[in-house]
This record gives sequence, C-alpha cells and structure tokens, in this order.
Amino acid sequence: MDRFLNLGAALLQPLLLLAAAPLLTGVIRRIKARLQNRRGAPLLTPYRDLRKLIAKEAIVARTASPLFRAAPYVVFAATLLAAAALPVFSTVLPGARIADAIALIGLLGLARFVLVLAGLDAGTPFGGMGASREMLVTTFAEPALLLVIFTLAMTTHTTNLAGMADATLTGATVLRPSYLFALAALLLLGVAECGRIPVDNPSTHLELTMIHEGMLLEYSGRHLALMEWAAQLKLTLFAVLTVDLFLPWGLATRLTTPAVLAAPPLLALKLLLLAALLALSETVLAKMRLFRVPGYLTLAFLLALLGLLSHVILEAAA
Amino acid sequence: MNLGALSLLDQAVLVLAAMALFSAFALLAQSRLLAAIHVFAWQGALVAAVAALTGAASGDVNLYISAAITFVLKVLLIPWMLHRLVRRLALERQSDPLPYPALTLLAGAAIVVFADWVAAPVAQFEHSATRNVIAISLAIVLLGMLTMVVRRQALAQVLGFMAIENGLFLAAVASTHGMPLVVELGVAFDVLVAMVLFGVFFLQIKDSIDTLDIDRLSQLSASVEQDEATEAQR
Repeated sequence: MDRFLNLGAALLQPLLLLAAAPLLTGVIRRIKARLQNRRGAPLLTPYRDLRKLIAKEAIVARTASPLFRAAPYVVFAATLLAAAALPVFSTVLPGARIADAIALIGLLGLARFVLVLAGLDAGTPFGGMGASREMLVTTFAEPALLLVIFTLAMTTHTTNLAGMADATLTGATVLRPSYLFALAALLLLGVAECGRIPVDNPSTHLELTMIHEGMLLEYSGRHLALMEWAAQLKLTLFAVLTVDLFLPWGLATRLTTPAVLAAPPLLALKLLLLAALLALSETVLAKMRLFRVPGYLTLAFLLALLGLLSHVILEAAA
Repeated sequence: MNLGALSLLDQAVLVLAAMALFSAFALLAQSRLLAAIHVFAWQGALVAAVAALTGAASGDVNLYISAAITFVLKVLLIPWMLHRLVRRLALERQSDPLPYPALTLLAGAAIVVFADWVAAPVAQFEHSATRNVIAISLAIVLLGMLTMVVRRQALAQVLGFMAIENGLFLAAVASTHGMPLVVELGVAFDVLVAMVLFGVFFLQIKDSIDTLDIDRLSQLSASVEQDEATEAQR
C-alpha cells in the first residue's frame, strides 16, 4: 500500500505541475493585462495555444541537423525531470531521493545547454544572437543560484529540497537574515532564469531585445509547443521552488487525507501571490539594456553571497 | 549559536544589522548622488532602529535617546543638508559610476570576511546575544573607507565618511549597549559640524576649479586650465 502511495506521489506531483504550468502563465498574463487597463485573454488561452501548435505541421530548416529535432524533447524531458525533484503538495517525495537541489540546477543547465545548441544549429543570425545572450545570463545567474542553495543547505543541513522544506516546517520559527537575502536573490534570479522583464521580454519578437524567443525562432508545430511548455514549466518550477524554500507552510509532511487535501489550495494561493508580484513588477519596470543585465545579476550574486556570509557571521558562529 | 534560543527582539536586531550591511554595499555601488543620499538615510534609519530595539531588549533608556538623536541627525538633518548642497551645486543629474563595479563589490565581500576574522576573538569575550554584530559593524566601517577610496565625487566620499560613523555607532550599541550619553552627544555634534564644514568647503572647491571630481585636485590649477584649453581646442 505504502509503495503505491509513494509511486503515486512521485508521478503525480511533476505531472500536476506540468498540467498547471500553462494556467500560471495565463494567470500572470491576465493580472498583467488588468494592471495595464486591458481586458486580457481568457485564462485557458495558453492551453489552446499549445493544442493548436501540437496539431500543426512541424517545419524544420534544410540546414538543421538531427540535434535540432531532438532538442525540444531533451529540453522538455530535462525540465520535467527537474520538476520531479520538487515537493509540490507533500514532502514525502520518492523522486527527491535521487535528485537534490544541485541535480535540479544541473538538469536545468542541461536543458539550457541543449536549447542554446539548437538555437545555434539552424545557423540563423537571430538564433546565434539569442544563444550568446542566453549564455551571458547563465554565466552570472547559475553561480548565484548555487550560492542561494548553499545558504539554505547550511541552515537545514541537506541539499534535498524535500528535506529543506521539512527542516523549515519542523524547526522553530526564527527570523534569519540569511533567508531574507537568499529570498531576494532567488526572486531576482528567477526573473532572469525564466526570461521575464526586466531581463528578457517573453511577449515580443523585436530583434534587438529578444533572448529566449531568438533561440526559438526556427521552431514550429509540436517542437515549438514542447519548447513553450517547457518554458512555462520552468517558470512554475521556480515559483514552486521559492514557495518550497521560503514559505513551506501548508506542505503535507505525511500522507494523511486532511493534510494532502489542504495542501493544493494553499499552494494555489501562494502561487497566485507570486504571480501577482511578478505581474506587478513587469508592469512597473521597463526592460533593461542587455549590457545592464550583468549589473543586475551581480546584485543577485551579492545578495546570495551576503546571505551566505550573514549565515556564517550571525547565525552559525559559536 | 542557536538562533531559536534568542528572543524575537534580538533576532530582529540581527536582521536589521544584516540589512545595514547591505545598505553599506548599496552605498558603495550607487552611482547617482541623490539615490546614494537616500541609501545613507536608510542606513541611518536601520542603525537607529537597532539602537531602539536594543534599548527595548535591555530596558536601557539612554539607548532610546541615542536612537532619537541618530534618527534626527542621520535620517532627517544630514540627508536634508546634503540634498540642499546637491541642488546648490547643480549635481542632481550627475552620476559617478565605479570604474570596476564587480571587482569593487568582490573587494567589499572580502572585507566582510576579513572583518569577521578580525572580530572573532573580540566577540569571544562578549556575552550579549548580539555580539556577532561587532563583525558586521566593523565591516560597515571598512566598507565606508572603501567608498571613500573608490569614489571620485567628493560628496560620495562624504557619504562614505558618514557611513563609517554609522558603523561605529552600531558597534557601540551592539557590544556595550551604547556609549555614555555625553560621548554620544559629542560625536553627534562633531558629525554635524563636519557636515557644515564640508558644505562650505565644497562651495569653495566648486568656485575655484568648477568641479567636485577630486581627481582634478591632483593637478595644479594652472595645468588644469591648460588641459581644458587643449580639450577646447580639439
């Protein structure tokens, strides 16, 4: 019985995340539209877009190698596997035993690496431009993301995401300066990693500014659908990661019926709050010039580093 | 140290001290003068809040008075004077970006590590719950010095100087629950007098060489004029 429950939990959580990803994107777009005095598209539009794309014929450039065809599947699978390491409703997560936070960053790195190769593969200038810009962002963002994870791992004594959430839930509630800095850094990094304003604009195809869209320019049909879905899943993944690490209250620590039933509405509420925050910041901020992005990511790195240092100085010292 | 064993007030003091450290970094990296003045005001507010919370935790009335003096001076009066000075010198739009921002910030992080290493033996002999703030305040002092070293704009250097005073005050509050009130008042008025003198001094510099970029001060005034003449010729 327990084995079936565990297996169910392991399969159900990433698949639910996958199913909810377009909805979160729809919610963010809707809130953003409302903030900008527009009516906005229905919440289910991202699902319809995906269905439309999947039904369409996939056209591949003549110059493209097999890597170009394989890339959407690799990107999608790696992102989904990364999602399996995240506790969504409960910290009882068999998938977490084989994948911790560092593996999660590695899987996202693999997805990004293949995406960049695919962007270069077709040989169009915009693909190459998008790829080089993506690598610029990654070079600064990934070390900072690791620092955030290390800061939390030093407090919770594990790199396992389910274990981290569990430690925060069961430990005493204390104000930690290191968590404050790590949260700020993770919010800045999530924006950069998911290609949102002010780093990248997901809703434009303006040549001079695009990063993520530049790499996808040659894709069509089901390939494009997989790429878009993976990007939406990644956004959801970062939102759930933020919630898991800093606001885990509401996660079920055991698989009992009331705890499991209470978890989804609470998670939805927290994700809604994050979505509203993102929509608000995207409305207020303008996209910054590419050459300002390293400065922005240096700030995120500094915050993560200060989180680590304030843990060592203020919290861990004898 | 077990954070859970501390009272909520002490935990809040630690958080505020860490935020003051971040504000020292912000002061170091902020290139716009008006924004840097606002950062300085926030730092003053954080330090004043630390003093007030320490007073609440220890029941020491003197600390409330110090917090009030700090608030009035460092959050209201000095930023207001700096604002007026910036407006009088017409520097509102001037920005003074760091030559090597990433390198400077890394140097700042190294300073924090160094401060922790230096302060560790001192903190050993302390028994208050907030003894680790000594390392933070030492780091703020050193970061203020770094601000004075890397900035070319004279007003930004003054901000670094004032940040050093903030760090010293934080150290005094966190380690010994504040200096005697007489010393406190003396230091506060020293800073105020320094601010007035800086203001007069800047107007003089501005009058004589028409800029506050202190790199220009390494040359003789005749050669500066010569430089400007050759630049004008080009």
